[in-house]
Amino acid sequence: MGEASREIMRQARKQVPEWTPAQVRESLSQQQDAAPDDREIVLVDVREKIEWNEGHIPGAIHVPRGYLELQIEEAVPDKSKTVVLYCAGGVRSLMAGATLKQMGYDNAISMSGGFGQWKASGFPFVQPRTMTEAQAKRYSRHLLVPEVGEQGQFKLLDSKVLLLGAGGLGSPAAYYLAAAGVGTIGIIDDDVVEESNLQRQIIHNTKRVGQYKAESARETIEALNPDVKVITYIERLDETNVARIIADYDVIIDGTDNFPTRYLLNDAAIIANKPVVHGSVFRFEGQLTVFKPHEGPCYRCLYPEPPPPALAPSCAEAGVLGVLPGIIGLLQATETIKLLLGIGDPLIGRLMTYDALAGEFSELRLFRDPNCPACGEHAHPEDLPTYADVCAVPAR
Amino acid sequence: MATVRLAPVLRASAGGSKQVSAEGSTLAEVLNDLYRRFPALKEQIQPEDQLSRYINIYVNDQDVRFLQGGLETSVGPNDTVILLPAMAGGLL
Repeated sequence: MGEASREIMRQARKQVPEWTPAQVRESLSQQQDAAPDDREIVLVDVREKIEWNEGHIPGAIHVPRGYLELQIEEAVPDKSKTVVLYCAGGVRSLMAGATLKQMGYDNAISMSGGFGQWKASGFPFVQPRTMTEAQAKRYSRHLLVPEVGEQGQFKLLDSKVLLLGAGGLGSPAAYYLAAAGVGTIGIIDDDVVEESNLQRQIIHNTKRVGQYKAESARETIEALNPDVKVITYIERLDETNVARIIADYDVIIDGTDNFPTRYLLNDAAIIANKPVVHGSVFRFEGQLTVFKPHEGPCYRCLYPEPPPPALAPSCAEAGVLGVLPGIIGLLQATETIKLLLGIGDPLIGRLMTYDALAGEFSELRLFRDPNCPACGEHAHPEDLPTYADVCAVPAR
Repeated sequence: MATVRLAPVLRASAGGSKQVSAEGSTLAEVLNDLYRRFPALKEQIQPEDQLSRYINIYVNDQDVRFLQGGLETSVGPNDTVILLPAMAGGLL
């Protein structure tokens, strides 16, 4: 250290009291039951980000010395608080203390010995979660959005979404969930890819004709984003497997093509308390909504019984504009991401409808039925009929 | 004359129209007017006395089952009634 810097240190020591790590720890533990806003002591780590990432004191906030003047007033608006500063060895924190005093913080304290002394004393510390450089690049546009940010991206990476069907609705949904970095995507589909699918099931391609759809989807997803783990279920959902399969997931996207599966899924999701993002399409029109157990209506609130076959043609019988399930599937992915991140207003209790020919989006209000057999007052979702015998779609 | 919008599966019963006008000051009257003009529609959605349970009806975007009046809900000349059967078998 040169003479000038030694002088700066001397001045700082005169103005800024020091506490040992033991004293800091004692003071912090005394206030740990208080509400955050009532706490008298604020702990500030003034080291560089790379040091912070390697470990820091639980409860500390990070204001690197390089941004101290610029950020401290927003980080600690109340200048009467006792601000305990620490760095690696106790030198930078003294200088930071002197700066804070200049800025009007009367109770700035420096922790002698710094984080090094804290660790050597055997006191607890935490290591924050970090993203790899590749992930920080891949998700950079998410990181820039305040409603997502690093924490949101970690949430997505930790999330698990189950897709019922890797077809017209499942294809676009799977694509964008994978792009967003949803860490685990489950796909349940026992069907194989056919040419007629390729007009809308874009996650597959000509080379995959004859392959299981779930496997084909997995290939596409893995090529798009290696962060995503895909779990395939080459089976149909039924009473024997539904509870077991949905248990592991946070959100379920319903892209099925028949009523029995919708009723089965509905009941199981209510029992397991899993939200279902529901979508359906017909020719040029599509609909979607979010069934969140106990918060909004469930499928049976709306439709206690299925319609007769004449009123429920499948797409094979009725046809559909290829891009339409694309739109609805993407909206399903959007609602899923909103649910996972806890942002925005998911379509709970709201049915969004889209008329492609008119170019119109509209919305209908949906209500919970207090007498619903699946989610109402005297509900018994475990033993409700799924109408497997009365549906239009022939078993494949 | 209220405006009645029909979900795609019902349109064939109404001559292919997506939207028709109907007379009546309550929902029951409006439906009766529709059934008079389009008997096939009645066959589809209300073959019995009661409205079928797989049809939902919205007056100005609100589900009539949860509005006070049910079939007696008043319907004014500027109101829109929507007939929506259970979401069609979705899509594979």
